[in-house]
Amino acid sequence: MSFIVTFLNGLSLGGVYALIALGYTMVYGIAKMLNFAHGDIIMVGGYVLFVFISLTGQPILAIIIAAFLCSLLGISMEKAAYKPLRGASPLAVLITAIGVSYFLQSLAQIIFGAAPKFVIIADLGVITFGELVIPVYSVITLAISILIMIALSLFIKFTKTGRAMIAVSEDKAAAQIMGINVNTIITVTFLIGSFLAAVASVFYLLKAPNISPTFGSKPGIKAFTAAVIGGIGSIPGAMLGGFLLGIVEVFSNSVPAIAPYTDAIEFLILIVILLVRPTGILGKKRREKV
Amino acid sequence: MENVLETNNLGIAFGGLKACENVNITIKKNEIYGLIGPNGAGKTTVFNILTGVYQPTWGSFKLDGEEIKNLSQEKINQKGIARTFQNIRLFNNMSVVRNVMVGLHNRKEYKCGFFTSALRLPKHFKVEKEMRSKAKELLDIFGLLEERNNLACNLPYGKQRKLEIARALATNPKLLLLDEPAAGMNPNETMELAETIKLIRDKFDMTILLIDHDLKFVSGLCDRITVLNFGQVLAEGNISDVLNNKDVIEAYIGKQEEL
Amino acid sequence: MKDKSKFKLKHFINYIVIGAATIIFTILNFTGVLGLSEQFLLEKITIAIILAVSLGLVVGFLGELSLGHAGFMCIGAYIGGKISALLSSSSLGTGLPNLLISIIVGGIAAAIAGVAIGLPALRLKGDYLAIVTLAFGEIVKTLFLNSSDESFGGPIGLETPRYDRNHLFIIGFVLVLVMLAIIQNIIRSKHGRAITSIRDSEIAARATGINVTRYKLLVFALSAFFAGIAGVLYSFSNYRVQCTKFDYNYSIEILVMVVLGGMGSVNGSILSATLITFLQVQLASILTGDLAVLQNIFYALVLILIVIYNNAPALKGFRETHNLKTFFSKLFKKKKEDVDPSLVKDDEAKWNRIPTKINMDELLSMDVKVTESTMKPDKDKGGSS
Repeated sequence: MSFIVTFLNGLSLGGVYALIALGYTMVYGIAKMLNFAHGDIIMVGGYVLFVFISLTGQPILAIIIAAFLCSLLGISMEKAAYKPLRGASPLAVLITAIGVSYFLQSLAQIIFGAAPKFVIIADLGVITFGELVIPVYSVITLAISILIMIALSLFIKFTKTGRAMIAVSEDKAAAQIMGINVNTIITVTFLIGSFLAAVASVFYLLKAPNISPTFGSKPGIKAFTAAVIGGIGSIPGAMLGGFLLGIVEVFSNSVPAIAPYTDAIEFLILIVILLVRPTGILGKKRREKV
Repeated sequence: MENVLETNNLGIAFGGLKACENVNITIKKNEIYGLIGPNGAGKTTVFNILTGVYQPTWGSFKLDGEEIKNLSQEKINQKGIARTFQNIRLFNNMSVVRNVMVGLHNRKEYKCGFFTSALRLPKHFKVEKEMRSKAKELLDIFGLLEERNNLACNLPYGKQRKLEIARALATNPKLLLLDEPAAGMNPNETMELAETIKLIRDKFDMTILLIDHDLKFVSGLCDRITVLNFGQVLAEGNISDVLNNKDVIEAYIGKQEEL
Repeated sequence: MKDKSKFKLKHFINYIVIGAATIIFTILNFTGVLGLSEQFLLEKITIAIILAVSLGLVVGFLGELSLGHAGFMCIGAYIGGKISALLSSSSLGTGLPNLLISIIVGGIAAAIAGVAIGLPALRLKGDYLAIVTLAFGEIVKTLFLNSSDESFGGPIGLETPRYDRNHLFIIGFVLVLVMLAIIQNIIRSKHGRAITSIRDSEIAARATGINVTRYKLLVFALSAFFAGIAGVLYSFSNYRVQCTKFDYNYSIEILVMVVLGGMGSVNGSILSATLITFLQVQLASILTGDLAVLQNIFYALVLILIVIYNNAPALKGFRETHNLKTFFSKLFKKKKEDVDPSLVKDDEAKWNRIPTKINMDELLSMDVKVTESTMKPDKDKGGSS
């Protein structure tokens, strides 16, 4: 019985990871860069929720504002730090992204202090089915994240912008010749990714209602790991990797003997998968032309 | 005359796609051999097999009578096949002379262990000095001596091509593979390049296999050629025979009916 | 050669400066001018220099990004610290032999880990390798965090014997000199050329016969070895080694030092490691509590600005006309003109030379790759042909 609850919790955590991983993977596929600061958008989302819930007491309003501000942050981050470096060496872009991440964390610490703040969005309680005690947030998280993933897949498959995104990720130069504005597409990608991160921050706070400046780094690194496991650049890969990692994490945490080593186990899975398949489970093989 | 390179039904498939198959090329010592064919005919793929970038799916090849199998790129280079690239690949942020010195790295006479270098034993200085003068000697042949302290990426295009050849020669190969050496050059530069390639053959007693599209360039330079089309050998032999071959004309210009 | 003497001075300037600093501080120490806090600062600076220069070897010369440098340091600190704790209870005591043995064992333990992380480095590149090194650092941290009390102290940390404060910083300086000698000798040898050739184009390096596998493993092992030594020094300079210190942020801090000093510049790394550590310690007394993060904001901004300035394709022309080198050559204009062109040193590439002819590749791809044509300092990593 407890197995089912653990599995459900794993899926729900996996859904959150998948949402964040989608941000990493889309940015990687389209802008060909790892946005190291992606996790910190979650943190910013958390603080925005904290501020607006304490100011207005209206969780829904706070969530909308958080989603809006995070998207804005994602876009301005791209414009200010990454756009000047488009075409520079990948190492330079990666280091800049690390700088942005460091900057956001430090800024949050100056404004809000290092001590955690408590944010209660809503108390959802549990549902009981006979012996099963299922936390409601798990169900909601899983349902909403699956809905968002379906919506995103439909968006990419059936809208003009979505198809342009695929084109840009396949071949930037060719897409440009076909009249696609690459800059707009990259902006849209950052917008979607940051929006997803904001949603993830809501789910995170539903689960554990405290937030600190480094709030985003752990889910960030985990989701990043998930994206790489699934094959970075691949949207189904990010979802697969997210769910896989979420389930592994929850199950590993449920066994007291190995619980302290959960992080190590997850990273070990990453290393092993990369050694077997250097571009992740669903990643495309990149054969460098000679 | 002995054969420097001998390929035996060489072929490779990527998934279901046969990039080339049944490629048989025999190159004699001191020969300049041409490999031509339309775009996508598999010419560079053959180069990549010969240099160990890809392992052949079928067949094998011999260098100087020795069968080369399952060797890494660096091992094949050490056995004696050096190459240049279609899109120039220099060590851009290193000076011209250092580019050539990297080429000299594996020569026996410049052997110098890791600890010898870390501890700066006298041998290190001796080797460094010899390598530098050898590199300068090579650069002089290619008219690059004056530019030796410039960064490789700052050289003009034609000189970058020459530097790449000099670097390949520095590894002391038995066989030199040139991948479209005349690409992007104007007629004057192309002519000069043809002279340089002949000079290399004579001065270094070198055997050369080259790819190019420019039939004029190839026919003025090569002793024999092989024509590839869709991964298959279309014709091979002396220039004049091959260029009058009906299949070759068809592959290049198309069938008469189509016109 | 005629220009030998000039050549040498430039190559030895960092030994001379650090050697002089060692002597001056030793004398100051014996006259009693140096207090405890100054000694501690000097220890920290030597540790930072070792970390920055050794990471610079991977990032600046091999061209791979490692985000797990603190992990190697962590291994060195724990293993070296444990060895020294064991030895100090034996007849050896806490003297110099103890320190030397711990340093060598700690360094070797880290080097072994370096080879272990270098193995995936053979298959993975760029972003993928960066995430693996990051994961490695976290794994190391987790393992030590969950170690038993008797072995490495778990979350409380490992108690290590402190070394005599009057001598530890001198040993630190000596280690810096030893490391500089080894790393610079290698960089300036044929092996160093092989390493930089891998950075510039791995494909061409392989085709030129360079044993890429061997050199990658070597660089990772060497870099980890010195990071491990820095860790052992750290354990001697503190009462307790706690793995929370060696987190991802610490790796980033070291990376900032390397980037700030200039990729591929040993002297730059030394200078920035010294400055940043000095500033940190000075600022720590002024900025307390959450305000201490102000300096992190400063690092972050400096990091972003420097990388953009050095790499932005749009700023290429600006960089060529406004850089330190041209600035100095303007300052010493007269002197420059006197130099006989034949005396120009062999290795010194002329960075500011503008190509006389337009690169045909760029010209041909101009219309096609509007965003990509103007940049590409490195044609290889773009990967298209």
